[in-house]
Amino acid sequence: MSVAAAPEASEALDAPKAPPAPAAVPPARFSTIVTTVENKPGVLARVAGLFARRGYNIESLAVAATEDHRFSRITFTVDVESSSLEQVVKQLDKLVNVVDIQELDPAESIERELILVTVAVSPSGLGGLLGLADEFRAYVLDADADAMMLSLSARPARLDEFARRLQPYGIIELQRTGRVALRMLGARSAPAPAPAPEPEGPEASP
Amino acid sequence: MSSPEKKLMQMTGGQALVKALEHEGAEVVFGLPGGAILPVYDPIIESPIRHILVRHEQGAGHMAEGYAHATGRPGVAMVTSGPGVTNIVTALCDANMDSVPMVCVSGQVPYPAIGTDAFQECDTTGITMAVTKHNFLVTEAQDIPRVIHEAFHIATTGRPGPVLVDIPKDIVDPNNPRSAMTWYEPSDDDMELPGYRPVTAGDPGAIRAAAGLIAESERPVLYAGGGILKARAADALKELAELADIPVVTTLMARGAFPDSHPLCLGMPGMHGNYAAVTAMQESDLLIALGARFDDRVTGRVDGFAPGAKVIHVDIDAAELGKVRAADVAIRGDCRLVIAELTAALRALGGGGAQPDRRAWRSVISGWQEKYPLVYEQSEPGELLKPQFVMEQLRDLTPDDTIVASGVGQHQMWASQYWTFDHPYTWVNSGGLGTMGFSIPAAIGAKVGMPDRMVWAVDGDGCFQMTAQELVTATVERIPVKVALFNNAYLGMVRQWQEMFYEERYSEVYLSYEVPDYVRWAEAMGCVALRVEAPEEVAPAISKANEIDDRPVVLEFRSEASENVYPMVPAGKTNSEIVVDPSQPDPRRGR
Repeated sequence: MSVAAAPEASEALDAPKAPPAPAAVPPARFSTIVTTVENKPGVLARVAGLFARRGYNIESLAVAATEDHRFSRITFTVDVESSSLEQVVKQLDKLVNVVDIQELDPAESIERELILVTVAVSPSGLGGLLGLADEFRAYVLDADADAMMLSLSARPARLDEFARRLQPYGIIELQRTGRVALRMLGARSAPAPAPAPEPEGPEASP
Repeated sequence: MSSPEKKLMQMTGGQALVKALEHEGAEVVFGLPGGAILPVYDPIIESPIRHILVRHEQGAGHMAEGYAHATGRPGVAMVTSGPGVTNIVTALCDANMDSVPMVCVSGQVPYPAIGTDAFQECDTTGITMAVTKHNFLVTEAQDIPRVIHEAFHIATTGRPGPVLVDIPKDIVDPNNPRSAMTWYEPSDDDMELPGYRPVTAGDPGAIRAAAGLIAESERPVLYAGGGILKARAADALKELAELADIPVVTTLMARGAFPDSHPLCLGMPGMHGNYAAVTAMQESDLLIALGARFDDRVTGRVDGFAPGAKVIHVDIDAAELGKVRAADVAIRGDCRLVIAELTAALRALGGGGAQPDRRAWRSVISGWQEKYPLVYEQSEPGELLKPQFVMEQLRDLTPDDTIVASGVGQHQMWASQYWTFDHPYTWVNSGGLGTMGFSIPAAIGAKVGMPDRMVWAVDGDGCFQMTAQELVTATVERIPVKVALFNNAYLGMVRQWQEMFYEERYSEVYLSYEVPDYVRWAEAMGCVALRVEAPEEVAPAISKANEIDDRPVVLEFRSEASENVYPMVPAGKTNSEIVVDPSQPDPRRGR
């Protein structure tokens, strides 16, 4: 499991334009699995223990209750280069508390992740920072004379890009949630027509 | 939860737990009481369940396993919290590796005390999570009958395995109001297992595809694993093998699943398998794996295993399909049902007559069998006993349906190699985990389940010293098992590896012929004991042991320590690099 490590604060506080980079796409070696599990004590430990003892690498993990109080949903991204996706799914399926498993095709699902990031603010960098927040449609949650806390909910790749662009200002602290995902409406019953382009940007007010 | 017509009865959780075990058909419980489980032991006094008081909780676990191996019914063990349950972890892991149906009830500190480092508290569900099929922590007395029903259901369906039920003391203690509950007879409708849906019927299309592969194969081998026994599929396997005229290898977990005396039986494959069994798999063009899991002890180096073979893989556990070796046809399902369907599909294709001419294949295999039989040299006068000789004598002097429970090591391999297993459920051993000390408690469990059968434990001196105390249990509970103790004064299999792979540098493997004095030790535990040192004493000693049926017997066979188990596929090598007995021509020279 990993979250993007907080990059070292950049010395260039006068907000140089970050070099343009190709739009980050999720690397194909990761696969997203959404499991519905019984909402009972210890179930997360069972899933995490399975991953640990079988040597599977989790890239991202998110757990929360669902619309039905009896069940929780665990969404995780596994590195399918180092572990067989088929084995991961089959071993998960053997856990008695795991009720349902869906492997989500990135092309047919919507993924979201939330980032909270505190960035150093200098008088010369403030304008650029607000411009960046505006460009990504991130929210300013808190601010003082030296720093500003931003939030953004978007595709994980877009969060990567946001963090990369913030780096030159000096990231003080950064926290990501791990991704959640749901199948697109049109893809819920196969065969699905070509899905509409994924909407971008925040869906909810902070 | 309980329907109106079910009789309402107020009782404590402890009474309900014992009643629930009775309801599940448990006739015997192997266990040892302690503080946290005390309230459950009290109602056992009135229960028709037979409780067998072990001397160490590991023994309770292996007894439950032996009982399950021999009878097919789930074994039940009961232990207290903390050290009681940590002592049984080895047996749970053993049962998990070998798919043995077993239910373990463990006491736990009162629910409010959990997490406080209370006396004899341990995180039982946390510790056993990785070594059980499933485990439960019950928090309400009212849930006990349902959870016990769920535990037996999970233990015995799908791929069988051990299930642990952890019971906090407050919900069973009559002095605690939290133990009050209303009894109900739990049924399948009460179960709350939305994520547990075992699949038993195989996919018909895949079964037809498998039949098609068999009908094209010139060099097929049926690779029978322990799943055959778990699925009660021995008869179905015989019908399939005979219909299609296909040779059968029986893995260590499947000895007895196909009769050794049958002309199609090649015996055990793997690291210490017969040359013909190992080589037939290696040279095969179609492996039909039935309830087998391509364990490394069978395959040798996986990338060199049966390189020319297509694979049909039948297993009830989908995670085994393709785990080690990709299958050309993978069928998830119960072995007995799938084999019956496969046999029917072959009949639909024209039956035995439609099979390719496999006389050439059979003749090649017979050639291997003739060229590389199991061999050993008889001892010279004055030398110690040859363990293989003793094993043959034991085999020949005991009834055909004798149950043999083995420990782990050289004696286990010789037992598997030299015994003639012609009946299913006559071989009880620890395959996956390789648990030294398994045999004596497992034999006791098997004898409790099958009291009319003769039960021999085949044990080594290293193993014996790990669990021999359960012979006290056997004496006191009048469970007349017999122990063939192969005393070669060494941890023999480790000694063999050090001889072959560590330049004869023997590190910490010497035990002793004389200490302990096994005969006096066994006698102190209430057994009849004999020491056997000469070949001519072997048969009379076995005959005498066979006649004793009112107490356990221990025969100590003073055995030659330098004897090694052959054939052997060295770890990390392919099965083509099999090492045969030094007296036989080296097959690797021809390659």
